[in-house]
Amino acid sequence: MDGLNMATIAEWVRIDAERVIEGLQDAREMLDSANGELVLDFSSVRRIDAGAVTALQTLAATADEKTVKVVLRGVNIEMYKVLKLVKLTRRFSFLT
Amino acid sequence: MYEAAVKHGAPEGIFTCLESHTLEDNAYLMQHKDIGLIDATGGPSAVKAAYSSGKPALGVGPGNTPVYLEKTADVSMAVVDIITSKTFDNGTICASEQTVVIDDEIYDVVLKKFAELGAHVCNEKETELLGRTVIDPGTGFMQPLAVGQKATDIARMIGLRVKPNTKLLIAPIQGVGREHPLSVEKLFPVLSVYRAKSVDEALKVCVDVNHAGGLGHTAVIFSRNDETIRRFGEVINAGRIIVNSPGSIGALGGVYNDMVPTFSFGCGTGGGNSTTDNINVYHYLNIKRVARRTPAHMWFRVPSQIYFNMNAVENLRRLPSQSTIIVTNPPLEQFGLVDIVRRYIPPETHVHVSVIPDAEPEVSVVMQGVEALNFYKADQIIALGGGSVIDAAKIMKLKYESPQADLEELAAPFLDLRKRVIDFPTEKVNRARLIAISTTSGTGSEVTPFAVLTDKERGCKVTLADYSLSPDVAIVDPQFVMSMPKGLTADTGIDCLTHALEAGVSIYASAYTDSNAMQAIRLVFKYLPIAYEQPQNEEARTMMHNAACIAAMAFANASVGVNHALAHAFGARFHVAHGRANALMLPHVIAYNAAVPSKFMPSPNQRGYTAHQKYALVSDLLGLGGHTIEEKVSNLVTAIERLLDQLAFPRSIAAMGISKEDFGLAMPELVKNAFDDPSGRSNPRMPLVSELEELFWSAYKGRGLAKVASASQQQTS
Repeated sequence: MDGLNMATIAEWVRIDAERVIEGLQDAREMLDSANGELVLDFSSVRRIDAGAVTALQTLAATADEKTVKVVLRGVNIEMYKVLKLVKLTRRFSFLT
Repeated sequence: MYEAAVKHGAPEGIFTCLESHTLEDNAYLMQHKDIGLIDATGGPSAVKAAYSSGKPALGVGPGNTPVYLEKTADVSMAVVDIITSKTFDNGTICASEQTVVIDDEIYDVVLKKFAELGAHVCNEKETELLGRTVIDPGTGFMQPLAVGQKATDIARMIGLRVKPNTKLLIAPIQGVGREHPLSVEKLFPVLSVYRAKSVDEALKVCVDVNHAGGLGHTAVIFSRNDETIRRFGEVINAGRIIVNSPGSIGALGGVYNDMVPTFSFGCGTGGGNSTTDNINVYHYLNIKRVARRTPAHMWFRVPSQIYFNMNAVENLRRLPSQSTIIVTNPPLEQFGLVDIVRRYIPPETHVHVSVIPDAEPEVSVVMQGVEALNFYKADQIIALGGGSVIDAAKIMKLKYESPQADLEELAAPFLDLRKRVIDFPTEKVNRARLIAISTTSGTGSEVTPFAVLTDKERGCKVTLADYSLSPDVAIVDPQFVMSMPKGLTADTGIDCLTHALEAGVSIYASAYTDSNAMQAIRLVFKYLPIAYEQPQNEEARTMMHNAACIAAMAFANASVGVNHALAHAFGARFHVAHGRANALMLPHVIAYNAAVPSKFMPSPNQRGYTAHQKYALVSDLLGLGGHTIEEKVSNLVTAIERLLDQLAFPRSIAAMGISKEDFGLAMPELVKNAFDDPSGRSNPRMPLVSELEELFWSAYKGRGLAKVASASQQQTS
């Protein structure tokens, strides 16, 4: 298949505002089957707590190991500020 | 400045300047024994050296000012302000604008305006060339050779032909970070611009710029939208958020706003500094504060209407209502007490009875009551019952009037009711008058600002305290207590006595609470034995009912003390009635408080330690005799023990059948709960954990053993 551009369909996970940590743990388990890219939709999440930050750090580490690109979609500015403060923005891609 | 300062009386040598100095000179000065404070305004290495010197230091941080030019902004004003600011001292002020994020809708207009007013807008190739030249590709920081240069000189550096009067070079960028070199701080007249498709994108880019070397420093927004300005201020980490004015001159203060003028910008922890202030002369001063003792704010707050004596319930006729809910419990309804109350409610009033099933109402029950209040659109609540029923009604009223009230938050502990952190809600969606009719003569809940209920879900009791909980009307009618059984009469009567004695020696006691406490004590000693022996004695019942209310008025404003803390812990652990638990502790607590404390309780309202003197005063009031304070306190303890014997209280915890082993096993929990109990915070003597344990063991062994400290130990001044 050398020289052929393949369109890939990324895995898409919607993060539930009430179950952010659990959603991120589920997403981590999906990394093996993610086909190189995993999109996490945070559109319904207004804020994250320390537990969710830890879960995102763990997810980023696992994604690095498995060389999967993780894209965060619909992250609001308040949450983005938190991710910036804990230096997590550089470990993800962002999609508005 | 130096000459002017000396002329006006400043000491010689107050200012010194090293015109030519090295890093070694700086280090020497920073370490010098005569240097008291270092203000380092300069590069990061100087700031770090200052903070590392071991001397008190003020430091400043680097900037990278993001500017959000939002679509509602006054574009003409914004462009002039930005040019004014960015060309001031050729852009060397670290608060000057670095990247302007412009809303898509106005982007072209803004750039056109910049060009009209003397800016050169670079094309893609020029921007790339500029980035390579003025930013060091190795470090990612600006090239020193460009700092403070004119726009035309910088243009010449890169071989760019611009008009001779060009003030500013504008470089459109597509992102922030190392791959976009011009997104960093540029202390020369080069300004990056970014086109944002939405407010969220604009704010995100501003945050990125802020975090790319400008944390804690300065940010600028041009907008007429207050909500956007608020959001910008919230997400940007900066000591100065400059709104609709030039960044550099705005941040310097005093020209476009009322900030303190400075050339030194504190950047807080974001920039590794100790302050976010505009550093000024006040930061150089040691400020001495002479803090004189001020008396604590005191008050005496009770319901505005208290109706008392036999048939006081008839006063319900005076209280008009469209819809009334009577909150009560099953026995009172069965014994016809509710019917008595209904008889005096005006006939036009719609009346609904809400019966609380549990002796100790819980949150869910209270919430059912709130539903009833909403359903019947009640404008009046009548709480008919003992303390539990009245407490439940207080919380029903709170949640009915202010549904947003968070009980868990409002129950947060506090040291002083007068200075609590959590405020009870003042916004009310409903209004209801709370009338409390007490059917016991002890708790006094009809006039107090306290309410306790059980939260079974969380397995704890919720204690609320606020004067907004006080009933509006108290009815103290002895007809509702004529049939109280002897045991309950004794228990509630001693609870009343304990309220009065503890309020009397409380650190919040005042002349107002003392008058009530003393009168209640006198009434209890005179009438409680009669009410106990002759339950149908109307005078004794009336006076005891009044005494309970009068004592409650005292402790509603002076609170209680360690006796209640001990009783709460013991009663809860061994399921002993509250009044009975109080009785077991009372003689021992009086002896304890009358002794010289091992630790005094901070009490700005009191002058010296007076608990022993207050007990002696009670003893005199009761005519118990004695010449010294020690004798008088001892006589009071003896009189109380005699009263307890008359009322057939057990003499000790041991006499109640609780084994020493069980009591010992429970001791850690008892002591912890007593220590944590808020009642103890107003006790005159600060109870130590070890002392609480001693008090529990004293109560276990029994009365007749309480020893009042010798007179030589007392402060009898």
